[in-house]
Order: sequence, then C-alpha cells, then structure tokens
Amino acid sequence: MDNGTHSPLVARGAARTLAHLWMILGVIIVAFPVYYVFIASTHSVQTILRPPLPLLPGSEAFENYRAAFSGEINRIGGVSLWRLLGNTTLIAVGIAVGKIVISMASAYAIVFFKFPFRMACFWLIFITLMLPVEVRIQPTYKVMVDLGLIDTYAGLILPLIASATATLLFRQFFMTIPDELLEAARVDGAGPWRFFKDILWPLSLTNVAAIFVIQFIYGWTQYLWPLLVTNSNEMNTIVIALKKMISFADADTPWNLVMVTSVLAILPPILVVVLMQRWFVKGLVETEK
Amino acid sequence: MAHIQLNDLRKSYAGQEVIHGITMNIANGEFVVIVGPSGCGKSTLLRMVAGLEGITGGTISIGDRVVNDLEPRQRDIAMVFQNYALYPHMSVRENMAYGLKIAKMPAAEIEARVAKAAAMLELEPYLDRKPRALSGGQRQRVAMGRALVREPAAFLLDEPLSNLDAKLRVQMRLQIKDLHQTTGQTMLYVTHDQVEAMTLADRLIVMNKGVAEQIATPQEVYMTPASEFVAGFIGSPAMNIFTVQVQGGEAMLPGGHRLPIAGLPARPEVRLGLRPEDMEVVGEDVPGIPVVLRSVEWLGADAFGYGTIEGSDVPMTLRLPGATAAARGQRLRVAPVEGRWHLFAPDTGKRL
Repeated sequence: MDNGTHSPLVARGAARTLAHLWMILGVIIVAFPVYYVFIASTHSVQTILRPPLPLLPGSEAFENYRAAFSGEINRIGGVSLWRLLGNTTLIAVGIAVGKIVISMASAYAIVFFKFPFRMACFWLIFITLMLPVEVRIQPTYKVMVDLGLIDTYAGLILPLIASATATLLFRQFFMTIPDELLEAARVDGAGPWRFFKDILWPLSLTNVAAIFVIQFIYGWTQYLWPLLVTNSNEMNTIVIALKKMISFADADTPWNLVMVTSVLAILPPILVVVLMQRWFVKGLVETEK
Repeated sequence: MAHIQLNDLRKSYAGQEVIHGITMNIANGEFVVIVGPSGCGKSTLLRMVAGLEGITGGTISIGDRVVNDLEPRQRDIAMVFQNYALYPHMSVRENMAYGLKIAKMPAAEIEARVAKAAAMLELEPYLDRKPRALSGGQRQRVAMGRALVREPAAFLLDEPLSNLDAKLRVQMRLQIKDLHQTTGQTMLYVTHDQVEAMTLADRLIVMNKGVAEQIATPQEVYMTPASEFVAGFIGSPAMNIFTVQVQGGEAMLPGGHRLPIAGLPARPEVRLGLRPEDMEVVGEDVPGIPVVLRSVEWLGADAFGYGTIEGSDVPMTLRLPGATAAARGQRLRVAPVEGRWHLFAPDTGKRL
C-alpha cells in the first residue's frame, strides 16, 4: 500500500507544479509588453522599426534617456518631460489626497453624527456609484468652463475628487469602531475634532494608505478628463503627451523617445505600490482593531 | 468627590418609557450597586448619569450642579466600560494620560498621577505596552487606571468584571473594594451578578423593568426584600415562593398541609417566601412542610435538595448540611426558622 499512501502527495506535487507553470505563464503574458517597452527604450528608432524586434537591451539607453530629458520631448510635444512628470504627480497626489479628505469627512459625518436626512445623504452618495464619469462629463465640462477652470490644476483635480467608493470604504471601517471607544473618548473630554484626530485617524492609517495607493494610480492614469479640460501643452499629463507624440505614420514617430516616456509613465505608480505595499496589504486585509 | 442626586429620573425611547422615575441620593464616598436582570434598564440608568444617554424627565445632580444638559466631559465623572474601550493604538501610559492631556494638565502632574495609579494597580511593568499585548485582567486594570487618574467626582462602572474568568473576577472584586476604601470615591456600579452586588455595595438599587424595586443595604435587601421580585432575584439558590391560603391564622399550603405562620394578613391568599437556607429538618410531630426530594447536589460544606411539596407539584429547594444522608426520592419534613419567612401581596408583589 506504499503507493496508495504516497499518491495523494505526488498528485498534490504535480498539481502544484502545474499551478506554478500556469502562473508563470500568466506573469510572462502580463509582463512581456512592459518588458518590451523597456527594451525598446534602449534602442535607436531605426532598430525598433526594422524587424525582428530585439529582445535584449540595446546600446542606446543612455543616449535616449539623455535626449528625452534634455529637450527632445520638448521639441516634439512642446513641453518638457520634467513638466509632464510634475503635472502628473501634482494631479495624481491632488486627486488621491482630495479623495481621502472628502470621503473621510463624509464618512465621519454619516457614521458618527445624527442629523436630519442622514440616510438620504448616504444613499445620494451611494447612488453616484452608478454614474460613471463619462455620463456626467458634459455637464461637468460646462461647469468647469463657466468657472474658468479650463487649463488649470484645479480644473484637472476638483471634478475627480468626490468618491463614493472611498466614502463607502471609510464608512464600513468606521462602523467597525466600537461605540464604547467613542463614549470613552467623550467621557475623557474629547470633542468631535479631537476624537477624529487622536483616535479615528491613527486607527484609519492603514486604510488611508490603501486608498491613497489606489487613488494615486487612478489619478496618474486619467486620460479622458485631462484630454477634455486642457488645451495648452503646458498642462498635459504624461499619458496625454504620449498620445500626442504618436503620429499616424510609423516612420514619423520617435519610437525610442515614446518608449522612454512610457517607462517614465509606468515607474511612479510602481514606486508608490512598492513603497507602500506593506501598508497597502495591511489596510486591505486587516480586520482586528 | 461628590454626592449624586437622582430626582424622578425618566427615560423614553420613541414614546416607550424604559426608566419609570427613579429617585435616590447617593452620599459622598458611597458605593452604590445597580443590580437587575438583563434588560431592566440598569445600564441605561448609569449611562444617563454619565451623560451618554439623554434624559426624558427628572434631574440628575452631581455635587451641587444639575448636570442634565452637560456633556459627559463637563460632568466630572469617569467611566469603566464592560469591554474596557481602551484606545488600541495608544500605550497603557497614553491611555491613562489621554483625558488629562485633553484637560491641558501640566505634563509633570500627568506623569505623577499616572505613576500613582499604575503603582496602585500594579501596572508599572506594562506602561509602555499596547492594550493588545495585555491579558484581560490587565486591560481591566488599565481601564480602572484611566478612570482613577482623573480623580473625578464619581466613578461609574458598567459591568467591569463580566469579561473576566471566575477566579480573576473574585480577585478584581476585592481590588475594587480596596480601591474604594483607599480613595473614598463615590462609585456607581452596574452588575447582573448578585455576588458582586452583595459584596461590594454600601447600598443596592435592585431594578426590574425600569423601576427601582428596592434601594437599601445588602443586608436589608436580603433580610427584608421589598417585593417578590427582589426576594426571588437576591439569594442563591433562589427563594421558594408560592401561594398559600389563609385559614384561621394558619397557612394552607399546596398539597393541603397546614403551617402556622405569625402575622398572616386578613386576606384569603398570600404569597409565602421561604429561603432554602432558612428551613430546618424537623420531626414528624412538629408542624412542617413535607418535601419529596427529586435530586440532591452535594457541594462539600453543604448540599442542595431539590424537590416538590408532597401532594403538589410546587417546587421546593432546601439547603441541607453537608453531612446529610438525604437522597433522591426521600421525604423530608422541614419547617421555617422562626420569623424567617416573607409575605407578599399576590396582586402587587409588594411585601406585607
């Protein structure tokens, strides 16, 4: 019966190997385009245009990146790479921070305060989940025009910072805070502001980190809204600039510089995820408070 | 330190009255325990004093101030919660100091008070730990310490020991008693545990359905319960209470047995209460209550016999000496110790 006792183990081992192979395959499929972007950013435009595609880094890396940062992008798109990165960072951070401020404030009000039409407010926020940005984009655009916010950072950030999702997330988290904690704070003499600052905020930090990561990436990858609300090249985000750098004719496009820009567009979100990963995962899985 | 005065205190939720007018004076330094079954309104009453629940009618004064419309923090009280409600992200030291910090007390004074409370509660080794690294008993002591450092006018404790295991509960009970004696604080303590109630209290409020059935010392509550509810609630095992007919100055028991009881009122029926420990086994020639035992629980020093009055299905619990030879199925004749019986009105449940 030796076989009998061993076979489940063997089967499990085989299944595990298969699972690993499957996952490795998946990773390759997801990672290959990203890898190729990086490879292409290290070749000259002639090499990129001539098949077959090289699969190993080329010798032009330094030259490409130097050119991109020292004005080549400016020549093509009318705005420096530094400016693009700056714009995008500002907008992504602005949206992430704005969303956290607004959604925490509204969740705090809904969970901890009793006021008339409290549930109505909650449902109104909840209902906005059903309206994608595209549905309300035209009236939003009109409002921005009337307020003179076209081609401004405010115009890029403000319409995107209201977030039903983040509000719901914070509401769910706040509801796990035991009533006694609030009562103990009240007996200790903490008013609403102190309770928020001294107790709720420190307890929410991991959630804040998780939401920051998600919303930073959301802000960084915005395409439609920045496209609509900016006219001047100076206000472009890196994603918009990438689109503008690509002309219809393959030969006219400086692919090597496009790839450099792509790499630089990918890097900051990756950095944010890697740097905040520990907090991010904690915020998503932690239940015990 | 201060006295607390409750004057016809009432509370309604959505038109439904749950606290029906409670009046009481709690003296400075007195230890008062609010005891009752769950849902009797005891926690609500405490929370009204704390200012965590609104007041529908009546007044609460702490010291000489009416505090009805004051926030909890303005009432100069400290509270210990059932689940302790420690701030999970703060160390023991920070937990205890938080209230003082908000009150903008100088850091040196805070430090001194925390050190004093920590010494009193033997918490010094844990001051820099987070609550999650503490045992249940230690958390409980931190919750006590957090109240203690405030040096408030009154201590409010909401079932502070109910989350501890039995052994720790006894230990903490003694510690709370000591604490009360050393600090001389006015304490208002809610519990459903009658042992805690009897051992800690200077005076008890026995509550039932939002009414204070009796406000008295533990001895009075035990010896002369004001109502059938109090009689049944305080004492373990519970008092035997049953209806008897009054016939010619004697009580006619269920099963047709006669028992002479002094002071029977002039009404056809009365509820008779006999504590298990207030009955003795007597000979057949003495008037008494024949009891058929259904089971006997031997506890060491004494034993509890559970049975029914012969010829009826009225249950009867007896406390027997530990050396008893009584066994299941046996018939015992018992009689109440002279004067140790309780009579209640069948309609109102009040003591007669």
